[in-house]
Amino acid sequence: MAIALNKLDKILKGREGSSFELIEVLQDIQRDYRYLPEEVLRIVSEKLSVPLIEVFKVANFYKAFTLKPRGKHLITVCMGTACHVRGAPKFLDEVLGQLKVKPGETTEDGEFTVETVNCLGACALGPLVVLDGKYCDHMTTAKLRVLIQEVRGNAKKK
Amino acid sequence: MLKKSKNIMKTITNTNDLRKLSEKSKEENKKYDKIVTLCAGTGCCASGCLPVITSLREELERKNLTQNVKIRTTGCHGFCEQGPLMVIEPGNIFYCHVKPEDVSRIVSQTLEQDKVVEDLLYMDSISNKKIPYEADIPFYKLQDRIVLIQNKLVDPCNINDYIANAGYSALTKALTTMNPGEIIEEIKKSGLRGRGGGGFPTGKKWEFCRKAKGNPKYVICNADEGDPGAYMDRSILEGNPHAVIEGMLIGAFAIEAEHGYIYVRNEYPLAVNHAKIAIQQAEELGLLGKNILGSKLSFDIKIARGGGAFVCGESSALMVSLEGKVGEPRPKDIHTTEKGFMDLPTNLNNVETWANIPFIINKGASWFASKGTAKSKGTKIFALTGQIKNTGLVEVPMGISLRKIIYDIGGGASNGKKIKAVQTGGPSGGCLPEKLFDLPVDFEALAEAGSMVGSGGMVVMDESTCMVDVARYFLEFLIDESCGKCVPCRVGLSRMLEIINDITEGRGTEEKLNLLEETAQTVSIASLCALGKTAPNPVLSTIKYFRSEYEAHIEEKRCPAGVCRELIHYSINKDKCKSCGACLKACPHNAISVKEKVYIINDEACQKCGICKESCKFNAIDIK
Repeated sequence: MAIALNKLDKILKGREGSSFELIEVLQDIQRDYRYLPEEVLRIVSEKLSVPLIEVFKVANFYKAFTLKPRGKHLITVCMGTACHVRGAPKFLDEVLGQLKVKPGETTEDGEFTVETVNCLGACALGPLVVLDGKYCDHMTTAKLRVLIQEVRGNAKKK
Repeated sequence: MLKKSKNIMKTITNTNDLRKLSEKSKEENKKYDKIVTLCAGTGCCASGCLPVITSLREELERKNLTQNVKIRTTGCHGFCEQGPLMVIEPGNIFYCHVKPEDVSRIVSQTLEQDKVVEDLLYMDSISNKKIPYEADIPFYKLQDRIVLIQNKLVDPCNINDYIANAGYSALTKALTTMNPGEIIEEIKKSGLRGRGGGGFPTGKKWEFCRKAKGNPKYVICNADEGDPGAYMDRSILEGNPHAVIEGMLIGAFAIEAEHGYIYVRNEYPLAVNHAKIAIQQAEELGLLGKNILGSKLSFDIKIARGGGAFVCGESSALMVSLEGKVGEPRPKDIHTTEKGFMDLPTNLNNVETWANIPFIINKGASWFASKGTAKSKGTKIFALTGQIKNTGLVEVPMGISLRKIIYDIGGGASNGKKIKAVQTGGPSGGCLPEKLFDLPVDFEALAEAGSMVGSGGMVVMDESTCMVDVARYFLEFLIDESCGKCVPCRVGLSRMLEIINDITEGRGTEEKLNLLEETAQTVSIASLCALGKTAPNPVLSTIKYFRSEYEAHIEEKRCPAGVCRELIHYSINKDKCKSCGACLKACPHNAISVKEKVYIINDEACQKCGICKESCKFNAIDIK
């Protein structure tokens, strides 16, 4: 499938040749495309005058960026200290059991991607799981199970 | 909640206009009989404050009360555990865990008849009494809130709110009555030290940067709060971004810097958005830009979103990252105040440090220095989290004891278990045992004990936490976040993790423990930046204070807290089991089977995640 490049034009507007804008540009691409497609990165390299290898280095170094397409739904498990002492590691077991994927992986049907984050700064409400940007506080494995099933159910209805 | 910037008025070009705007904004607020403040910080949003706000707005419209009652949505108040939070003024009535269905009662009883809705009041677990007023709640009463107090007074997306609360008056004072040298002297005299973890004297840093040669100069606000378990910077930037901007303006005037950056974690979408709106409003009003308030100060601020790398909290790495590159630190023989961002003089301070500046300028250095200890002045905000009753943000004078924070403000353990340690300073800090809880919390005392104030994370741990596992957790974190530039950190931490894994998986020996300590010391001495230098702290402090736990893992192959998976064993207690089948349904690893109503755990399949125990209502799952 060809990648729509009109979003990229908008992102790059006014930033041509500005190599120091690389991270900001990648942030915008990640937001609009949900990952960093290779062909997009090639254009970025050219327009910002940054060698392609540098673009990939930066894309690999920072956690905010993914080089693989994410699934339709993103489950983020907070692994911060406060969530850890309140039992966050269990959620990875639950996710593995329900979806057969480990952190960083996407389910075969492309429905879910599971990621971990080091801290979301809402530690008082831990353990935390974020589903598509929605913070789910005081999480338990039972709640997580229901959450996944709900998203699955909605997908089937559609 | 992502808000849009509200329309504001025309540019102000002198201090007189600013004063007039402040008066006008204060008058506006006086028009209302009541002000309902609702916390809409990240925590309260997660607990569901947005539907409450919508339903309050609808109810006020329905009852034709919008002229009488003002709704103020604010940033984080800090008592996140009790959210969504509501405070009604005048009267200081405090409601917690507010739900949309409570709104009609709040309007008809409290707003219309000045009666308190009993069941929404905070219940104090120590006195077992309901407390109607916010100021009387021990969690707030025992704090000394200077910076945080403003979070509930201002709508972060409305600059007029900040101006009505004496906002930008410190800037006025600095621009009209002080010269740069006097400002720096004042900050030096206050004794303010960097709140991001380093604790370097702020005034001194400013002085270095002011004296450094090179143009233009930059000031940076470090909001890349990467310490897991710390969120005070998020709350300030989210709840009171103008205090940070005002601090940066004063700093820029003192240092003669022209440009500023706020480097903020992209994992904090609300903080990014509120900072953006605040900058835009300050620009519209002329408080950022050319010749601010008619003075010779010209200054602008841009936002840079961090890419999610812990090492970028380190100042030299952050500056390289601002240049669009991989965030690797560099040796500190040349200070960033001389050659920082773009190799130009750059002054970087943390969010909380910047937010303290307007108060010091307005109230004076001696007022600030009157709080705290001999070498650590002022107040510090801590994020109190973990296995504790009152989780939230706590602002206290430096020098207060850990015990006071944990028991008096924090309310003690959350689940009746005994608290055994507190982890301070994040991955660079250490774990302090209960017997040291009388230590004063200041830069020196905590460092001497093997931990640090750090940026202010305080994770309380009870007896269900394994300290060896905590050390392992931080090592994994740090290996993941090490940039890989220098060998001691890149290789040393991995070797340390191998040893810790041996210990938690039953292969530990006394020699390995000694080797672990030795390696830790080498990493600490030989690493390039603070990430590596402080990385062994969690390991060394847990060995120092919780050696018996390490020994139990090594000698008895036992994890006393029942956490380390390789050393524990799950089984179903037949006497307690009611054959309900909840565990079988819950087990994600298909490790539970049933035969004639007898449930058993298959040891080979069992991953010891503990989900069966969580699902069992009859406490029939044993861990040994």
